[in-house]
Amino acid sequence: MIKVEHLTKRYARNVAVNDISFEVEKGQIVGFLGPNGAGKTTTMRILTCFMPPSDGSAQVAGFDVIQSPMEVKRRVGYLPETPPLYPEMEVSEYLLFVGKLKGLGGNELKRRVDDVAGRCAVGDVRNKLISKLSKGYRQRVGLAQAILHNPEVLILDEPTSGLDPKQIIETRELIQQLSGDHTIILSTHILPEVEQICQKVIIIAQGKVVATDSVHNLTNRMRGSETVNVEVESRNGPLELTSVQQRLEQVAGVSRVLHKETRDSRLTFEVESLQGRVIRPEIARAVVESGWNLNELHTAAISLEEIFLQLTSVDAAKEAKQ
Amino acid sequence: MKNILVIAAKEINSYFRSPIAYGLMAFFALIAGYFFWFSTAFFVQRGMESQMTGRSFPMDVNEWVIRPVLSNISVIGLFLIPMITMRLFAEEKRSGTIELLVTSPIRDWEIILGKWLAALLMYAAILAVALVNMLILFAYGSPDWKPMLIGYLGLLLQGGALLALGTFISNTTRNQIVAGVATFAICLLLWVLDWVTSFETAAWAKVVGYMSVLTHFEPFSKGVIDTKDVVFYLSLIFLGLFLTARSLESLRWRS
Ligand SMILES: Nc1ncnc2c1ncn2[C@@H]1O[C@H](COP(=O)(O)OP(=O)(O)OP(=O)(O)O)[C@@H](O)[C@H]1O
Ligand SMILES: [Mg+2]
Repeated sequence: MIKVEHLTKRYARNVAVNDISFEVEKGQIVGFLGPNGAGKTTTMRILTCFMPPSDGSAQVAGFDVIQSPMEVKRRVGYLPETPPLYPEMEVSEYLLFVGKLKGLGGNELKRRVDDVAGRCAVGDVRNKLISKLSKGYRQRVGLAQAILHNPEVLILDEPTSGLDPKQIIETRELIQQLSGDHTIILSTHILPEVEQICQKVIIIAQGKVVATDSVHNLTNRMRGSETVNVEVESRNGPLELTSVQQRLEQVAGVSRVLHKETRDSRLTFEVESLQGRVIRPEIARAVVESGWNLNELHTAAISLEEIFLQLTSVDAAKEAKQ
Repeated sequence: MKNILVIAAKEINSYFRSPIAYGLMAFFALIAGYFFWFSTAFFVQRGMESQMTGRSFPMDVNEWVIRPVLSNISVIGLFLIPMITMRLFAEEKRSGTIELLVTSPIRDWEIILGKWLAALLMYAAILAVALVNMLILFAYGSPDWKPMLIGYLGLLLQGGALLALGTFISNTTRNQIVAGVATFAICLLLWVLDWVTSFETAAWAKVVGYMSVLTHFEPFSKGVIDTKDVVFYLSLIFLGLFLTARSLESLRWRS
């Protein structure tokens, strides 16, 4: 649905996007992730035909952004970083105007406006001036504007910024509902958002793609060895530290056992696995078979957050460039 | 065509949503009314004088009232035009709504023509305020309406040309005030260019004088349509809109 090849965008003084390539399939929700100034907005502006690339090509819905911009524009809904609103208009007036710009008219236009006003929960402010709306409501009107003409592709630049937590959840749900029929690219700084709603992440830093993968694979790939926290308690009498530690070290796949703390009759350990080994079931069995209680056993999960920080640190970006 | 009207309607709407439109109309009604009163009073006085002295005086309303009023209006126009065009593009760029326009399935020239058309209609609406004065002349006398119509056509052509330049200037900045001041400077310049011809007769002075918008308005105010003036204004309109299109394009290549 979206195909970007060797895309480069140079400004007078700097390179905002440097030779990036990626693809998005129909119906997918893709998260565009990166620190400030990574080039997210720039890439999105190229995909929406706001500006042409300096180099490389981009295709949206089968049309090239340079050769047939009209066809691309007809099929794309775009929510820019700052919602493009006219303060002197009322909400419904604004939506009607945008609808006409997108080529809608007559009853269909009215129907679509009613529909998106309901979906984006702006029905109750329809007759308010946009200048009188709160930031969250403006963001919602911006989103309504983007989906108004029911476009195949949605490009949303930080769609949940400025919303309250309840609204964030509702917007995420809305975006998820829209996927399937629509192909969606959204940019964000909020990592849990990507983990929740995106099937795929594209992480960029300093104009370079540093990782493209499904959320699931990415977390797995980065995990490598697993670190597990274990808390063991004796059923009767005090526990001997060394015997427990030895028992844990004997479990298959364990590379290292670290004693963390002792509290009353409870011992806590941090157990590290060898590369690519899953050790939790074995540890559980070993503890229970030795006649101890297993109070706690959980992976110290690597969050997307850590991956993100690892990948987007300046060094990592340099490596990717080489 | 439909898209042009959608853009134009939006612009006109926003003119009348802000106090600008009403302010300009009130200002213009006042000034035009003053000029009108002044010319009429002068005309009446001359008429009475000629009656008393017995010397004949050509009692031509067109020559003595309509023409000076139209000429004055064409100068006031220079002051109105920057205020009409300054926000056209500058405001869209500042607020980011330009992203909506440019990423919608509508062509650049449709956006530009729509905005220019709205500005022209706004200008015409302001001029129409002064028409009330002229109607008084018809109520009490029988002026020739043809030269007056031609005068108004001239005002619209001149306005259209300067509005096109103003539209272009508004597209080069994201600050309305800067756009307004720059447009005003250009309008003023195109006005005073005419003055060089009064003290210099060399060829270059003729060329410079030719660029003056007011020189080309003179014949219109006398009720004469000269193709050369019409061509001048039309080419200025074309130039302004063409430059706007180019700068809209380069905005996208640069930023
Ligand atoms: N109009 C412009 N002229 C010059 N440089 C620009 C322009 N717009 C963006 N840049 C530069 O391009 C780079 C990428 O900017 P971009 O806005 O795409 O980042 P981003 O990933 O959207 O960041 P953020 O998370 O802050 O929104 C930045 O270094 C920025 O300074
Ligand atoms: Mg951005």
